[in-house]
Amino acid sequence: MEWGLRGPALAKRRALRLKLAAVLGFLVVWSLASFVVVVTKLFNPIFFPGPWMIAGALWTMAVKGQLWGHIGATLSRVAIGFTAGAVLAISLGLVAGYVRAVRNVLEPVVEMLRPIPPLALLPLFIVWVGIGEGSKVGFITYATFFPMFLTTVHAVGRLDPLLVRAAQSLGARPAQLFFRVILPAALPEILVGVRLGVALAFFVIVISEFIGAEQGLGFLINDGRSFFLVPQMLGAAVLLGLLGYGGNVLVRVVERRYLGWQR
Amino acid sequence: MSAPKIRIAGVSKSFQSDGRAAAALGGVDLDVAERELLCLLGPSGCGKSTLLNIVAGFLTPSTGTVFVDGRAVTGPGADRGVVFQEYVLFPWLTVAGNVEFGPKLAGAAAAERQQAVARYLDLVGLGAHATKFPAQLSGGMKQRVAIARALANHPSIILMDEPFGALDAQTREVLQDELSRIQRVEHKTIVFVTHSIREAVYLADRVVVMTSAPGRIKQIFDVKLPEVRDRFAPEFTEIEAAITRSVKEEVRKVHE
Repeated sequence: MEWGLRGPALAKRRALRLKLAAVLGFLVVWSLASFVVVVTKLFNPIFFPGPWMIAGALWTMAVKGQLWGHIGATLSRVAIGFTAGAVLAISLGLVAGYVRAVRNVLEPVVEMLRPIPPLALLPLFIVWVGIGEGSKVGFITYATFFPMFLTTVHAVGRLDPLLVRAAQSLGARPAQLFFRVILPAALPEILVGVRLGVALAFFVIVISEFIGAEQGLGFLINDGRSFFLVPQMLGAAVLLGLLGYGGNVLVRVVERRYLGWQR
Repeated sequence: MSAPKIRIAGVSKSFQSDGRAAAALGGVDLDVAERELLCLLGPSGCGKSTLLNIVAGFLTPSTGTVFVDGRAVTGPGADRGVVFQEYVLFPWLTVAGNVEFGPKLAGAAAAERQQAVARYLDLVGLGAHATKFPAQLSGGMKQRVAIARALANHPSIILMDEPFGALDAQTREVLQDELSRIQRVEHKTIVFVTHSIREAVYLADRVVVMTSAPGRIKQIFDVKLPEVRDRFAPEFTEIEAAITRSVKEEVRKVHE
């Protein structure tokens, strides 16, 4: 259900074709530009490889078998770090939204830490936890906590008090109220936070893999920089984009499953 | 005489506003009999909704106590079903999910819940809409679901807070007809808050007219009309006129 401000709505098929054409057009323009650089020897073409070179670089790495380890490393860090962040943020957020005392304790601390860009604390994480997996996973957990916590607290805070009254006069006890009213009512907004969290997880993993990692897509980019392997750098970036897109699709699937009632 | 279903004893309520206590209810004594439909009527701000919220247990009275079935009300509970003006359906549940919400909380078996859903959705004429979500329903349909939801939980009494106030005039009359029909089947004890005199005369066994704030009971009218009522019958308009005079005095006081 999307509509622009101007112009007629397109049939789904036609809209899809238009979108595909746009992506293809982008690839064609990119290829042409790269081709021009090669032909005119404008500068060393190694710095501006065409899409085919990126596909080639990825293919070589895939065939050699190194690629899967890198993807797996990044994915598992994101999965563990993000899941821990989501569980912490949503459960604390629900409690903080529900119990005023908890909220009064947690919110000032969160508000104090939130304006600090998480990346500014990455070196500190490494000093504390070391350069291994712990700091990378923990850092994702830390960075993704904030948007998910804040949206959850906000979602519970703006719950319609009449819904609570309706449930209470149907006999809901506090635990039932929590799980059958507050949680489902807050879910749409919580999922907005989750989507922000997923995007943020892929954002920060790259940088933490720049520093002292032996595996991961972020490592591939940094490694490529040291050896002028531009296709490898761009290839890893493309993969990160695809993974992030996949994460977003997953959230959308969850939304469609649980938020079908919103129309 | 048997004990009243609801006993409101010396109930008053004042709210704090701008550091001063403003009295909303000025001491109400009222008994509601079993199977009676009682309408609370009065100018806006007379505290009729406040009184209903106290019976529901959403508000605590400043003085006095409400007893339902002889037990003092201390908070909201399943024995007192509530129908709100704003419908307040659970938007993430289907129509059926809303209706079975109460029985589910109480741990009723699936078959029993299904039966309740079918029975009460049929009663309100929404049997064909069980799988829809509230967002797909009109206001009148939503309020029917809310009524079915309240009935399916088998409360001892039902409290209705201007339930048809947000509906257009035609839908409103249709729903009055429905409620009157349902009441002939279910015989619930209902306290019904409204500011429509016609609605009160059409539905009520007794109409309680309240004074302007702080709300007290001004006058109680017994509506001695047949169960199925004709809004254009001379007896109907006669009672309507009497109640209108009584209410108008209070409305005038508000504006003076």
